[in-house]
Amino acid sequence: NAYSHEILGVLGELALAIDNLPSWAAPQHVKKNLMMMRDEAYISFEPLGVVLVIGAWNYPFVLVMQPLIGAIAAGNAVVVKPSEISGNTAQLVADLLPQYLDPELYPVVTGGVPETTALLTQRFDHILYTGSTAVGKIVMAAAAKHLTPVTLELGGKSPCYIDKDCDLAVACRRITWGKYMNCGQTCIAPDYILCDPSIQSKVVENIKATLQEFYGEDVKSSQDYERIVNKHHFKRVLGLLEGQKIAHGGETDEDSCFIAPTILTDVSPDSKVMEEEIFGPVLPILTVKSVDEAVEFINSREKPLALYVFSNNKEVIKRVISETSSGGVTGNDVIMHFFLSTLPFGGVGNSGMGAYHGKHSFETFSHRRACLIRDLKMEGSNKLRYPPASQKKVDWVKFFVMKRFNKGQVGLVILALLGLVAAVLMKNPQSVLKRKALWMVLAVQRLGWPRLW
Amino acid sequence: QPLFEAEYSEILLCKNELHDALNNLSHWVKDEHVDKNLVTRLDSAFIRKDPYGVVLIIAPWNYPIHLLLVPLIGAIAAGNCVVIKPSEMTKKTERLVAEALPSYLDKDSFAVVTADVQETTQLLENKFDYIFFTGSSSVGRSVMAAAAKHLTPVTLELGGKNPCYVSDNCDVQNVARRVTWGRFFNAGQTCIAPDYVLCSLEMQEKLLPALREAITEFYGPNPQESPDFGRIVGDKQFQRVQVLLRSGRVAIGGQTDAETRYIAPTVLADVQPSDPIMQEEVFGPILPIVIVATADKAIDFINSQERPLVVYAFSSNDKEVNKVLERTSSGGFCGNDTLMHFTLNSLPFGGIGSSGLGMYHGKFTFDTFTHHRGCLHRNMGLETLNALRYPPYSQPK
Repeated sequence: NAYSHEILGVLGELALAIDNLPSWAAPQHVKKNLMMMRDEAYISFEPLGVVLVIGAWNYPFVLVMQPLIGAIAAGNAVVVKPSEISGNTAQLVADLLPQYLDPELYPVVTGGVPETTALLTQRFDHILYTGSTAVGKIVMAAAAKHLTPVTLELGGKSPCYIDKDCDLAVACRRITWGKYMNCGQTCIAPDYILCDPSIQSKVVENIKATLQEFYGEDVKSSQDYERIVNKHHFKRVLGLLEGQKIAHGGETDEDSCFIAPTILTDVSPDSKVMEEEIFGPVLPILTVKSVDEAVEFINSREKPLALYVFSNNKEVIKRVISETSSGGVTGNDVIMHFFLSTLPFGGVGNSGMGAYHGKHSFETFSHRRACLIRDLKMEGSNKLRYPPASQKKVDWVKFFVMKRFNKGQVGLVILALLGLVAAVLMKNPQSVLKRKALWMVLAVQRLGWPRLW
Repeated sequence: QPLFEAEYSEILLCKNELHDALNNLSHWVKDEHVDKNLVTRLDSAFIRKDPYGVVLIIAPWNYPIHLLLVPLIGAIAAGNCVVIKPSEMTKKTERLVAEALPSYLDKDSFAVVTADVQETTQLLENKFDYIFFTGSSSVGRSVMAAAAKHLTPVTLELGGKNPCYVSDNCDVQNVARRVTWGRFFNAGQTCIAPDYVLCSLEMQEKLLPALREAITEFYGPNPQESPDFGRIVGDKQFQRVQVLLRSGRVAIGGQTDAETRYIAPTVLADVQPSDPIMQEEVFGPILPIVIVATADKAIDFINSQERPLVVYAFSSNDKEVNKVLERTSSGGFCGNDTLMHFTLNSLPFGGIGSSGLGMYHGKFTFDTFTHHRGCLHRNMGLETLNALRYPPYSQPK
């Protein structure tokens, strides 16, 4: 479980970085205008300097390692601050990292809130923070003092809309997997379900059946079902159950921080469980009578980190995506967009800012420096821009700067030339030569055309 | 601002951005399909370009139209609504924007707010979905602090002291002309102007007459009479810049006229790093020259300062230009010229460290104002493939 969720992801990210770093880090030459044809113009990817990575407790290893890989790939020094709530992993990282990485460039700082607050008074060149919205604001405020750019991977209530027209058995199995993995403590877990009242009971039945399949008759004794991280969160999640209609589950055991996979039905939008991100194995179902109502509901709330929509109808999925905003989306499944590193992973609004994973990590932790290297000679063309000003100078500058017409005009000239060649060849009485010439002209035109435009 | 400068910087460059956006928008806005891994091979995976929502653009006074319109073009192209806050320092332009914009753009989606410092602070208490600010580093900090309360992402185009290294190995007259143009454009009130020169004592002696010649070539024997030389924007700024003259020794210029807020194109020689003019961004028509013995010393000096918006290096030797480029860090870099990297909009324009955060121009503006949303549209079928990920977990999987 931990292996597949935490370690495989890190290994994948490492392999990607190692394979692609030369191409990611190479200077990117850019299109030039007429005035700069003889110059070198490119974007240089440079390190930012010292990056601070603050990890979270729910996936304590990967949420520290994945950003670390990107930051190192981009050439930065990194201060790693694992979450103190997952104390064992924090200690593991603190013990192991210095054995493999130079501790002067990649130190690990352990500690709780006071240590983190002290750390944040220091000046960094980028801060990547994974955690809650409330602390995200504190991190950004601290960063503002030093004008430090930030990437904030926060949270929210990720809605999951189930359309009437959909394979419920499959949908519910996928949702069950995503919801209850790590006991619901996943930032992109489907937080709540929106569906038509007519399918609510079927949804419950399907999830119940899947839970049985996954964890057996007695969930508590299943090897694969996790626990809530600590008493504080246990009490918090327990409190969300107050006054709710429990369709399934609800059993708890404070000693082991166990909360059974729970489903709530006919949940009211104003209830406590709909106020904050659940981050626990409690799945509320709210009924909506149409896609419109679902979209309206989603839009009346803060932008979530992830959005899920299940439907056999592609149009419904497209509609829900285009009429809402969220960090990311998976259609007809949950969580999976996280595992495709070519997709940027990040939030929007209250769910965060910035993104990472794969090449996006490299870009997040790099400074894109615009470089223009000109010739110290060739002063002639510069005279156009120097005072004293004149109308003639203005007109010439307009011509050189407005690069728009550059390619088009060259294309037109070449077309004219080809036309001329064709006309000349046409006049030749030998038909074989004529045909061959015509083919040649057409071939050149077809090949050359897209490049010119 | 002199007429030609205004035409070039305020109008031409904006038109360039506009054409770029109009020609390419349909391409920029398309969903970007991405490479997939084995698991997602049969799915549709793409990056969607979503607007953020309501964007706030705060413009400064030095190029009040350009630095308002160029971000505005990008924000609109990206599909956002925009609140525009022009600078209160340039009253006539502020009024022009407030009166003209609503006659072209829908008032419900694009509002102009005129506000002084206090009112802008109040404006910033509101929640925006993105804030684009051009101005000083100190105000940049307060903008970001206000944004932090709402977790609003920001782009801050700030400033700094842009060093200009001049090698002993160069064509002095060409260097002098290019540096003169960049320094005295808009009477020095340009965030990417070469702020100070670093060169050897020998080079300083060669540069001074060359600079004098360039200044005369551009503005005539009495720059105060030239229609092509600007003035300082306000009395407060005039006084601030005037104080900086007490640094090094005045080698060229130095005359001032408070009534017209005129400060002559001035070059100060033998400036010490401890002098007043080296403590803040000049933002005026004064060019200090600081002596350094070698390129290495110049690089060390640049690196001991805050990272600037741009680093300039002049040398006939390519390797030397590259050395300065590679061993320093800055928003952007321009070798053997000044300001020009700003005009090529295929290059991103932005700062680093205290010179700013984020970037724009061309497609980068569009990207700045869009949320890149990762989307994975999966197949409902082929559920058996998913079995690998479901509990109960056992080793063979």
